[in-house]
Amino acid sequence: MNLWNRFLCSCRRRSPWIFHMNSGSCNGCDIELVASLSPRYDAEQLGVRLEGSPRHADILCVTGPVTRNSVGAIKTVYGQVCSPKAVVAIGSCPATTNVFVDSRTLAGPLNQHVPVDVFVPGCPPRPDAIIQGIAKAAEILAERGKAQPAVAIVAHADELETNEAPKTSEVQP
Amino acid sequence: MSYKIPMGPYHPALEEPYKLDMICDGETVCDAKLHIGFNFRGIEHLAETRNYVQVIALMERVCGICSFIHTLTLCQAMEKLTGQTPPPRAQYIRTIMCELERLHSHVLWAGIASKLMGFKTMFMTCFEIREKVMDVLQAISGNRVNYSMNRIGGVNRDIEDPPAVLAMVEALEKEMADKIIPIFTTSATARSRCAGIGVLSHEKAVSCGVVGPNARASGVAQDLRRAAPYAAYKEMEFAVQAQQEGDVRARLLVRALEIMESCKILRQAIAKLPPGEIHTGDPKLVFTPGTATSRVEAPRGEVMYSVTWKENSRNPARVHVRTPTYVNMPAVRWMVLGARLADTPLIQASIDPCYSCTDR
Repeated sequence: MNLWNRFLCSCRRRSPWIFHMNSGSCNGCDIELVASLSPRYDAEQLGVRLEGSPRHADILCVTGPVTRNSVGAIKTVYGQVCSPKAVVAIGSCPATTNVFVDSRTLAGPLNQHVPVDVFVPGCPPRPDAIIQGIAKAAEILAERGKAQPAVAIVAHADELETNEAPKTSEVQP
Repeated sequence: MSYKIPMGPYHPALEEPYKLDMICDGETVCDAKLHIGFNFRGIEHLAETRNYVQVIALMERVCGICSFIHTLTLCQAMEKLTGQTPPPRAQYIRTIMCELERLHSHVLWAGIASKLMGFKTMFMTCFEIREKVMDVLQAISGNRVNYSMNRIGGVNRDIEDPPAVLAMVEALEKEMADKIIPIFTTSATARSRCAGIGVLSHEKAVSCGVVGPNARASGVAQDLRRAAPYAAYKEMEFAVQAQQEGDVRARLLVRALEIMESCKILRQAIAKLPPGEIHTGDPKLVFTPGTATSRVEAPRGEVMYSVTWKENSRNPARVHVRTPTYVNMPAVRWMVLGARLADTPLIQASIDPCYSCTDR
């Protein structure tokens, strides 16, 4: 691994930008995620920033039990996050669908649709647990960066059907 | 030539997934269409498969911001069916929890709204103060969001040390009066961004049937805590805050003034907290077949539950929920008509929408 790659891995570990996606959550985990960025918990000291676009983010934070209406959007957004990427499932809902188990309008849990790296359990998890989960994902991200060359890869949703980590290929527009 | 600008379902300005299609003429919005249903979890159907203990835990997860209100409304309806009357101490604890929840919800809304105004400093201030409300909630219930405080015939946890809670509430009130209210009411940034936009006239507010702070900001001074008191609100002294302008600034002011009223109610409720049991402790609950309804003033407006029970059943036959955002939503269309496109995120947020309640 050359110096440039090592530099990039360090950057990924020290400034993981997150994109928050609500897949039918009750707002409990969403406000705890926002609270973890507030002055008391201050996730920004770890370089964490909430981004408005998945294309600017490294980590996808998913809350909610994955409703049928949001499955397509989750796959699209996952595809839009640049590689290497990590997924954090916040709360019990994306892990197990929680109290909504057996609901016919759910297509969860989340790991049936996208590969999940970190599960943060709790209903809702406390902000400190969320920050810990994101920090863990940042480490995974740095490890993953070592394995992949530093090329910006834009993966597409249809790639998800076959593999977890997108293939190394040309930069697509 | 008009063109359509879709906002959402996953958009940085939206806290929850829903879609607002705006038909624009240049920078001016001519019409808007709202698409919801991204959060549909089928909770009302699930409730029919859960027994009377499980259904409380399920309904708590309708909304993470007003989770206490949802269980309170459900428990009040089920108390009507079982003939249980919560003891006075339980009623007071319910009032205290309701007001704490209103405080944290309004401050949360203020934070989100100021983020949309581009006023990041106020966003951080709001969230810092909101953490102090969460501390009080955690001291009482043991959790920050889903409190599981309600049960049929009372509450699960007692306020063991009221003077300590009172001290926390007084500190909170001071913070609110010193920091949040001045920023809300006198800040030039907030005024220039909010005054005169997203106007909902009194007539439109009545014809759309909007509820809660949105109705009160348009001059409809209705509040269930006053009009149909539940829990211990009959014994509380407070003012129903109303404004006449109907713009975003009026909605901001109503919520700011309500924060102060909530602090006032909290102080009274903690001071008057009667001794005694916190629940009826009835081990065997017998449900009379029939339908019971219950209404509660949530931070966003009126929540109504209608619970139907069949004979010899442990599960409800039907739980119907009507949430405040369901009626406030159509008013957004009238608010954004003629508004600038850049103001629409703030206008849609000014009704304090909660789509996870609405979709269920």
